Amino acid sequence: MYRTALRNVLAHKGRLLMTALAVLLGTAFVAGTLVFSDTMGRAMRNSYSTSFSDVSVLVSATGGDGGGPVDSDAPRGDRAVLTADTVKELAALPGTERARGVVSGFTAVADKKGDLIGKAWSSRGANFVPDASGADPRYPMAEGRGPRAAGEVALNRQAADKAGYHVGDTVRVAGNGAARDAVLTGVFTTDDPQVTSGGTLALMDTATAQQELLEPGRFSSVVLTAKPGTSEAQLLDQARAKAPAEGVELQTGQELKDEQTRMVADSVSGMKTMLLVFAGISLFVGIFIIVNTFTMLIAQRIKELALLRAVGAGRGQVTLSVLVEALAIGVVASVGGLLAGVGIGAGLQSLVHSFDEGMPTGSLVVAPVTVVGTLVVGVLVTVLSALLPAVRASRIPPVAAMSSGEQPTTQRGLVIRNSIGAVLAGAGLGLILAGANGTGSNAQHLLEFGAPLALIGVFVLLPLLSRPVIALVGPALAGVFGTPGKLARLNAVRNPRRTASTAAALTIGLTLVTALTVIGNSVTSAVTSMVGDTMKADYAVNMANGRQLSTDLTGLVAKADGVKAVSQVDNVWWDIEGVGKDRAIEGYDAAAFDQLIDLTMRSGSTAALGQDQVLVNQDFATKHQLSVGSTLRATAAEGAPVTLTVGGVFEATEGVSPIVAPNRLIEANDPHPLVQQILVKGVDGPTSALKQSIKDATGRNPVMEVRTMQDMVDDFSRIISTMLNLMYGLLGMAVVVAVLGVINTLAMSVFERKREIGMLRAIGLERRGIKRMIRLESVVISLFGAVIGVLLGCFLAWSALRILASELKGLTTVIPYGSVLLFLGLAALVGMVAALWPARRAARMDILSSIKTD
Amino acid sequence: MSTSTAYAAHTGVAAARATGLNKVYGEGETRVVALDDVSVAFGQGEFTAIMGPSGSGKSTLMHCMAGLDAVSSGSATIGDTELVGLKDKQLTRLRRDKIGFIFQAFNLLPTLTALENITLPMDIAGRKVDRAWLDRVVETVGLSGRLSHRPAQLSGGQQQRVACARALASKPEIIFADEPTGNLDSRSGAEILSFLRNSVRELGQTVVMVTHDPVAASYADRVVFLADGRIVDELHHPTADSVLDRMRRFDAKGRTS
Ligand SMILES: Nc1ncnc2c1ncn2[C@@H]1O[C@H](COP(=O)(O)OP(=O)(O)OP(=O)(O)O)[C@@H](O)[C@H]1O
Ligand SMILES: [Mg+2]
Repeated sequence: MYRTALRNVLAHKGRLLMTALAVLLGTAFVAGTLVFSDTMGRAMRNSYSTSFSDVSVLVSATGGDGGGPVDSDAPRGDRAVLTADTVKELAALPGTERARGVVSGFTAVADKKGDLIGKAWSSRGANFVPDASGADPRYPMAEGRGPRAAGEVALNRQAADKAGYHVGDTVRVAGNGAARDAVLTGVFTTDDPQVTSGGTLALMDTATAQQELLEPGRFSSVVLTAKPGTSEAQLLDQARAKAPAEGVELQTGQELKDEQTRMVADSVSGMKTMLLVFAGISLFVGIFIIVNTFTMLIAQRIKELALLRAVGAGRGQVTLSVLVEALAIGVVASVGGLLAGVGIGAGLQSLVHSFDEGMPTGSLVVAPVTVVGTLVVGVLVTVLSALLPAVRASRIPPVAAMSSGEQPTTQRGLVIRNSIGAVLAGAGLGLILAGANGTGSNAQHLLEFGAPLALIGVFVLLPLLSRPVIALVGPALAGVFGTPGKLARLNAVRNPRRTASTAAALTIGLTLVTALTVIGNSVTSAVTSMVGDTMKADYAVNMANGRQLSTDLTGLVAKADGVKAVSQVDNVWWDIEGVGKDRAIEGYDAAAFDQLIDLTMRSGSTAALGQDQVLVNQDFATKHQLSVGSTLRATAAEGAPVTLTVGGVFEATEGVSPIVAPNRLIEANDPHPLVQQILVKGVDGPTSALKQSIKDATGRNPVMEVRTMQDMVDDFSRIISTMLNLMYGLLGMAVVVAVLGVINTLAMSVFERKREIGMLRAIGLERRGIKRMIRLESVVISLFGAVIGVLLGCFLAWSALRILASELKGLTTVIPYGSVLLFLGLAALVGMVAALWPARRAARMDILSSIKTD
Repeated sequence: MSTSTAYAAHTGVAAARATGLNKVYGEGETRVVALDDVSVAFGQGEFTAIMGPSGSGKSTLMHCMAGLDAVSSGSATIGDTELVGLKDKQLTRLRRDKIGFIFQAFNLLPTLTALENITLPMDIAGRKVDRAWLDRVVETVGLSGRLSHRPAQLSGGQQQRVACARALASKPEIIFADEPTGNLDSRSGAEILSFLRNSVRELGQTVVMVTHDPVAASYADRVVFLADGRIVDELHHPTADSVLDRMRRFDAKGRTS
């Protein structure tokens, strides 16, 4: 029995090739992901552990800048806990070999054009600590020397090269304060992972660093190196006794390494999970192909199997023989996939390295779990997918050996299938609709639960859907392509199960692609229209690192050439009676307001801002029963009571907070509002001259971003499109598998329909006509899958957007018809490409031998 | 009647003609001469049966004459058209426009209805269907009530009738039928055969049919006997008995020689 099975595998080598390839691709993706993430993880860990090699104990100030990327707005300078004295005391500990006071914080460096080098989140500054010889072992200078005085700076190699700076050049740097010029005294190299992974590091002498990044006399951390013979734990104990009792954190080098390892593992595992999800999608798509292949193989071997049964083979034996066949394919393909996966892992690593030289590299890691996991997944997927066809094979009655002709497709099986599908799809769609009309996390759960249910339901229903959907294009096909078109359509619906599982592979891909695209597009267009509708300002000024703007900047910008109107945007969260504290009140300059912001007033007027009154949006007004003249009682940050008088009601828009107040009112009651943005209107609109004059007026600070509204929209849509492209790339693998599936189905159909094709040729259909027939069948099946996928994707996106809309006003489903058409076009192309080989084979078939086939 | 008369036997115009036709399969050890210098003409409006033992080259002759297979040497013409030297595309056109086929089995596309199967050659050619002719053909084969059925819903005999109707509907110059009744019971077979004969008598169709069955051959106007790739005899206005008799005779001859 098993020998029969194995002989079958060999006999059907060609026809099993696509199945094996599908499994191979899926498992290669899995193995590649595992190899790549393990390799990356180890390389990153290695690079971190070298950078902590001289740290035995780290004493760091909490609540301030710990030297990490700057992202918090936590108040600084409450207590100067780590001072020069602390450093000295720690240096004097019996176990301390060396103690190094570290100053670290956000520091932006401008390139020659005045723009920030690199990214704000990885721009750092630190102090240079020269030893007796004037060198700092932590930062060996490749050129020049370290900074010794204010007005001097050293840069890391990559940053200097990127901006084209050489020793002796004047470089503009900015810490937390104003930007200033410094002379580049040296260029250094370092193994600091934050720097090697593409960051910028500017070194200053300790005094300057303290002044610019913290405050005079203060350190952000102290690094202790233990004497030989003193363990990290011992030094930690000694340090704990001397270090300030509060406001510091002590960690041993080992703890730091462990923490980094954990962080690396977390970030790598996030990436790994995402990649594995996509690998899973490819494998899932592969399942359809495997099921299809085995079903077709069994249909072709119906007589052979029936004969086996007739001569006494039991049902179980038939099932088993099919499963053994699947097992053989699964093993071969998974081993191939594993090997290919190691290759993919290596390829990905060098790809990442070529994009970003700072990424650490290392030898490939092929963990045992990768090997076992890949093989088990590949074999299981193949065998489980073959299970259903195998069971069906065992149901073939022995008499089938005597009957002749092709078996008509059973409608009986489809009735059950359709009922199940209808229930699943109905329940899923119901849940989604319920979710789409609800709000909050509850609605989200409904969607999360309903979406997969609806998807599975639709997949189960695909055979049922294939006939009516494909019938829609029937007249067009026959009209344009004549008989081959008509035959193609009929062949496409001939075996609904087969058509469905072939198309399903594309449906999955297209559902995901479309849903992501529609969501991305809708969010982008919501943001665009939000900005476009309400913002009249030409430029917005903000800090690249998202920090607070210093309040004197507004005045500086106002004095710049070509500026017509300016307003800083205040944000305060006052406790309003009956509303609470979670609603931000936005403050604008009353005089400049109309030139910067465009509100559609329902009642009252923006002029009310001039009388220290506030404006509220329609939704807020309705909710709290407010109208012009109503008042709200609020408590300002410092406890002062404020009465807000409504002077106007405007149509709600996402661009502006529900409550708008004049700057004067806010600042009179709250001297420290959060200011993150200054809006500017130019005399001549958004000109580059205006941009330059704003930059000049604010001291050409590289952290300061001066962007037009369009820039902001563009930046945002760039993020979205980068994300989408990544998704497309990852889903590409699933599409490749889907193409294999189409090729597979077509090739087998051509084989099965040999006699028909021979007969068509005999009665006068040209080779071209045969080719066209096969190609059109392929296109029809692909488009069927794609259309269902697009519709499903749009529906899913619509429901997801409905839920998101409660958080982002003005978010509506915007279907990018261009992209959708492109997807359908690509699906048709996929169909064409997949049909190339089967169509060629069909056209080349010898008429006589195909007619003689029995 | 002798072998030599086979070529010039009939007086009318030839619908198809083979002259010195040779067909050789394989090379060296496996070389098989399937047709050995065959010259034969099939007259217009004539119903010819080809008979002979298995492997004698009947199907090969038909395939060569119908442009389905390439000849090794010699000439084959349909009407005025010489088949030798035609490209695949021209041959396909020729089959489509001038030749009708009825095979032993599997003549129909399972996805098309009976009517669609009948008009298939014309649909492929993009030619308009002659309604009146089609109705007449359909009526003659007795399929009027079954036109919207698919092949799976028809009996074997009905399927062959559809195949006959298809071959006739496009008014080809010649119809080739390879054992069209081979898979049918004698009653259905008789129906098909009388139908073919009627189409010759009443519609003026030319039909060439390969058969093993003396009764089937007796429906023809003339029987050509093949043996070992050569035409060995022919018989005009055959009856089942005369055919059987002739077959016995060269069975005996074959044994004695
Ligand atoms: N494709 C082929 N390759 C090699 N030899 C072939 C091929 N087709 C036919 N032959 C040989 O040519 C000879 C004639 O075959 P053909 O099919 O014409 O016989 P036939 O008279 O139709 O026989 P039957 O009554 O059994 O159908 C036979 O000896 C056969 O083996
Ligand atoms: Mg034959």
